[in-house]
Formats: sequence, C-alpha cells, structure tokens
Amino acid sequence: MKRKILFALSSVLILLSFYMVLVFVPTEIDMGIVQRIFYYHVPLAWIAFLAFFVVFTGSIIYLAKRSTKWDNIASASAEIGLVFISLMLITGSIWAKPAWGVWWIWEPRLTTSLVLWFIYVAYFIVRGYVSGEERKARFGAVVGIIGFLNVPLVFLSVTLWRTQHPPLTIFSGGLEPPMLATLLVCLVAFNFLYFYLLSERSMMKNDERMLSQIKETMARRNA
Amino acid sequence: MKELRDAFTIASKDVLTEIRTREVLSSVVIFAVLVIIIFNFAFGSSEQAAGLVAPGILWVTFAFTGILSLNRSFILEKEEDCIEGLMVAPLSREAVYLGKFFGNVFFIILIQLIVIPIFSLLFNISFFNLELLLITILATLGFASVGTLFAAMAVNTRARELVLPILFFPVITPVIIAAVNASAQVLDGQSFGAIAQWLGVIGAFDVIFIVASYLIFSFIIEE
Amino acid sequence: MINSIEVKNLCRNFGSFEAIHNVSLSIQPGETMALFGHNGAGKTTLLKIMSTVMKPSSGSVEYGGQDIHKDSGTVRANLGVVSHRSFLYSSLTAYDNLVFYAKLYGVHDRENRIKQLLSSLGLKARMYDKVGTYSRGMQQKLSIARALLHQPGIVLMDEPESGLDNRASESLWQLLNEKKRTVVFTHHNLEKGFAAADRVMILSRGRVFFAPDGKCSLTELQDAYSASLEAA
Repeated sequence: MKRKILFALSSVLILLSFYMVLVFVPTEIDMGIVQRIFYYHVPLAWIAFLAFFVVFTGSIIYLAKRSTKWDNIASASAEIGLVFISLMLITGSIWAKPAWGVWWIWEPRLTTSLVLWFIYVAYFIVRGYVSGEERKARFGAVVGIIGFLNVPLVFLSVTLWRTQHPPLTIFSGGLEPPMLATLLVCLVAFNFLYFYLLSERSMMKNDERMLSQIKETMARRNA
Repeated sequence: MKELRDAFTIASKDVLTEIRTREVLSSVVIFAVLVIIIFNFAFGSSEQAAGLVAPGILWVTFAFTGILSLNRSFILEKEEDCIEGLMVAPLSREAVYLGKFFGNVFFIILIQLIVIPIFSLLFNISFFNLELLLITILATLGFASVGTLFAAMAVNTRARELVLPILFFPVITPVIIAAVNASAQVLDGQSFGAIAQWLGVIGAFDVIFIVASYLIFSFIIEE
Repeated sequence: MINSIEVKNLCRNFGSFEAIHNVSLSIQPGETMALFGHNGAGKTTLLKIMSTVMKPSSGSVEYGGQDIHKDSGTVRANLGVVSHRSFLYSSLTAYDNLVFYAKLYGVHDRENRIKQLLSSLGLKARMYDKVGTYSRGMQQKLSIARALLHQPGIVLMDEPESGLDNRASESLWQLLNEKKRTVVFTHHNLEKGFAAADRVMILSRGRVFFAPDGKCSLTELQDAYSASLEAA
C-alpha cells in the first residue's frame, strides 16, 4: 500500500516536472535551452548524496545489529545512488559542453561526485569478489561507512585545489521565481522516486534471499 | 597501554619477517625506480619538465609502492590463518589493527627514504627539507590508516591484487591532492604558511580515518 | 571452577545456512571431551565460536562463569587453540614464532618454557630453522607448542593428531596432562578419539546428535555415529 502511494505520487510529480522543465519555465538568457538540464542535474546530485547517506547509516545499523534487513536497505540505496550519480555526471557533461566548450571541467562538485562514483563502484566490486552473504554485507558496510566519511574531505581538497585556478560561475544572479518553482518540483519528485525505488528494491532483495533459502532447503531435502 | 605494547609486538614481528625475507623492500625498491624511470621517458628530462611533474610522479610512486607493501602485510597473516592466532590471544582486535598500522607506516616510510634519494638524483632536485618531511609523514599516516583496513578486507576476497587499489585510490584522493600540491609549493620555494592549508587537509584525513579504521577493523576480521 | 565450560543454546547462521543450531554442552574442569561428526556437521564452527574467532548468531559460551565476549581478555589468556592451520609465520624460525606468541601472552620465563616445550616435542634441534622448511607433522607439533606456551587451563583442538606419528601423539597427551586442563577436541578416528577422551559428543547437521552424560562404550559410540551419518 505504502509503495503504491509512493509510486503514484512520484509518477504524477515526474510528469508534472516534464511539463515545468520543457514548457513552463522560461529559457535562461545567457546559456540558452541547454540550461534546462539544470533542473534535473541538481536533483540527481541531491538524491545521489541522500542515497549514499542512507548507505552510510544503513551500514552502521547493520554492523551494530547484523540484521539482513539493514544490509538490504544499504545495498539497495547504493545501487540507486550509483545510478543517480552516473546520470548526474552525464547531465553535468552535457551541460558543460555548450556552457564552457568542454565535456568535463574539474569543478569541485563534479570532481567530488566522480570520486564518489569510483568509491561506490568499488562497493559493488568488493561485494562481488567476496563469498558468503554475511561477509558480503559486512565488507559492503565497511566501504559504505569509510566512503561516506570521505565526502567532506574530497570536496575540501578539490575546492582548495581549484581555487588556485580561475573559478567558474554557474549563475551570476539568483534564481527567478518560476525557475525556483521548477527546481523545487523536480526535487520533490525525485525524492518520492528515490523512496519508492528504495522500498521496491529492498523488498526485492528480501524476496531474493527468501527464494534462495527455500531453494537450498529443497535441495537438501531432495539430496 | 597494554594495547600499544601488543601493537608494537606485532609491528616488530612484521619487521623481523622483513629482515628474514627482504621480500617487500627488494621488490618495491626496484618497482619504484622503474616507475620513476618510465615517467622520465614519458615526460622528458629537461629541468623545466622535472619541476612541473616531479611532485606528481613522486606521489604516484609512493601510492603504488604503498599498495604493494600493504597487500603484503595481510598475506602474511592469511597464509596459515595467523590472524586467527592473534584473535585467540589475549589482545584486543584494535591492538591488531594498530600493530599492522604501525608496521605499514614503518615500511612505507622506509621505502620513501630509499626512493627519495634516487628520485633527487635522477631529477636533479633536492627533496631534503623539513616541510617535505612533514608532508611525507602526515600523508603516510593517511595512506596506512585506510590502507591497513582495506588490505585486511582485500586479502579475504577472490581478487586481492585488484580489490585493494580499487578501494584505496579513490579514498586517498584528498591526501594525494594535498600532498602533490603542497610538495609543488615547497619545491617552488614558497613559505610554510602557503602549505598550512594542505597540511590541515592531510591532518584531518589522518585523524578521521585512523579513528574510523581503528573502530571498524574488528568487523572485518571477526566472522 | 575456572576451567569449566558452559555452552548455552548456541546458534550460528551463514546467510540462510544453519551451521550450528541450538547446541548446549557443559564440561567439568579437568574433563576431556571428544567431538565427532560428519564433514560439515559444525565441529569447526563450534570450536571457532568457542575460541572467540567467530561470533555466534545467538547463545553464549562461558568459561568458569565468564562470558567469552564480555571478559574476552581473561578468557583468552587461559585458552589454548590448535586449529587445522598452524597460526605460524612460515618465514620466521620456530623460536621467533614462539617468542612472538609468548610476548603476546605475557609468558614468564619465556626462554625456559620455549626450550622445554620444543625439547619434549623433539623440535629443539631445528628451532632456529624457518617454519616454512618444516614438514606437516613438525608444523603440527610446533602449533601444539604454540597453543600450550602460556599453560592454558582450557584447550580447544581441531584434529590435533593429524600429521602426528604415534610418539608425537603420546607426547601431545603428556603435555596436556602437565596440569589439570579442560580439553575439547575433534578427531576423525572414533577409536583413537574415544581412547583419549573422558566424554564424547556427536554433532550432526549443526545439532547435538549424541551426548551421553558419563562414559559410554565404544560400540555405543560407533552405533550412534553410523546413525548420525544416515540422518545427515
């Protein structure tokens, strides 16, 4: 029931966001049409960080309680976070090309996200190379905690590093009210989408585990 | 107090092993010299080029050689399940972490003491001054803090040679950025004040990750 | 009372697999218990939990009334473990290895204790050789010396006699008897394990299958063991 409501809400809000981004919001004067990607780029980044924060807390609770439920939540959130941060990097690149003439800029937020992308790819590589459900969960939790603790330090070091080069301005002024409204709608829509995906995916992981448990007992009974 | 004494017993056992086998030092020193020479071919050996790329090459060399010695440190403990021998002995899991951490710090610094003169010789730059020493020691503490934790994890995976660098490099990004930039500024003849912010980044990394790894280590070794 | 063993309702799962299920046992100080069971019955898992290497999913282990996790320091100081791996560093000499462990256990009069153990196990002539050059049997002997270095009151041994010849087996039991100890060990050979033990227990699929209170006969043990193989 809860998931159905989340699904309905995120679908409606995402449809609304299409309308607002593509039709409702006026085109930005300096950057032109491509600036519209901004309304997705920012929520993608926000959700990625939210997802990694959930991985971090889920991992701590898993290590304290050792209950599979929390590993399901943490690893589901890591999957979603990785998808969102990949999309964030791609939209960033698409935006950078017309805006600054290059596909990639070493902007602190983008660079931090790139480093995070590597950390959470490592999260899944470690889980893939470990045998045993319980050990997968334990090692994953360690990476989930250490990786997230690193975020402020990566951001700080990249910022210090880039300030020695000419800084980039994204917006000279503040956001106009229609633009702000569009951004807010996108943010809320993506938040609902995130929680919908999280509950759906961790339920799936639960079911997968139960299935393999049943399969194992059946195999043992037949043997 | 007992924890520190146990840690030193473990670290000195690692040093004794190295004295008996010389496995790490011999292979790592050759590897380090090879890296330096290959970079030299890649970037040319003019004095101007050397000044630009030397700090970067130095830290890339340290990071790569660090990986080799970190990996080695837990292979020793895994061979005959010696880590379990430490776990059944009356010492805390944290003492085991500290022991391996001290051992790794010792080896990485030893490697650096050998690499730096070779480096100075080949690049014709003097690397001997107090600021560089400070940067190197602080960065080594950072390398060894997460390095020890990840090596303990990597040795329990099916592809330890792959898993350690994949985890280690993204997480130590702040240290690498700070150390390279600080070294460049020192070699450029800038004052101590200019590198203070970089030392701050590395120092913060050290504190956060020594504490975090110390607390989390038992979850890796205890099944 | 310090050397008594009390295991209560121990369980351990690996994912969905129950390696140990609701195992309870209590052993009086000075008793020797032999643990039997088919491959994968949970013997090694049980010993690993009892030696504090592995955490139980639920249940508790107490030695002389002290919980192995709450009082891990005191418990481990009185515990000797022989695993099927030696816990020895192959690039160090036998002497180096024992000195290292003696330091961790805070053994008094280290030199004499090490030399005494090495000579009673017949390893003294090669004590300055690297452990990597030792045969399987010699490594097993050295592993026993390592486990008994600190005169533990409780000794857990996983297949202690594997790789040992008759004479070495004898000196193993002699060494164990140098003081009053509580011993739990596994053995692949029913007769030999039975002969060395005061009590026996059979595990099957992670559960206690057969655990007579006092001494049973060898035939009873053999019958119970065959039944446990069929049940598994």
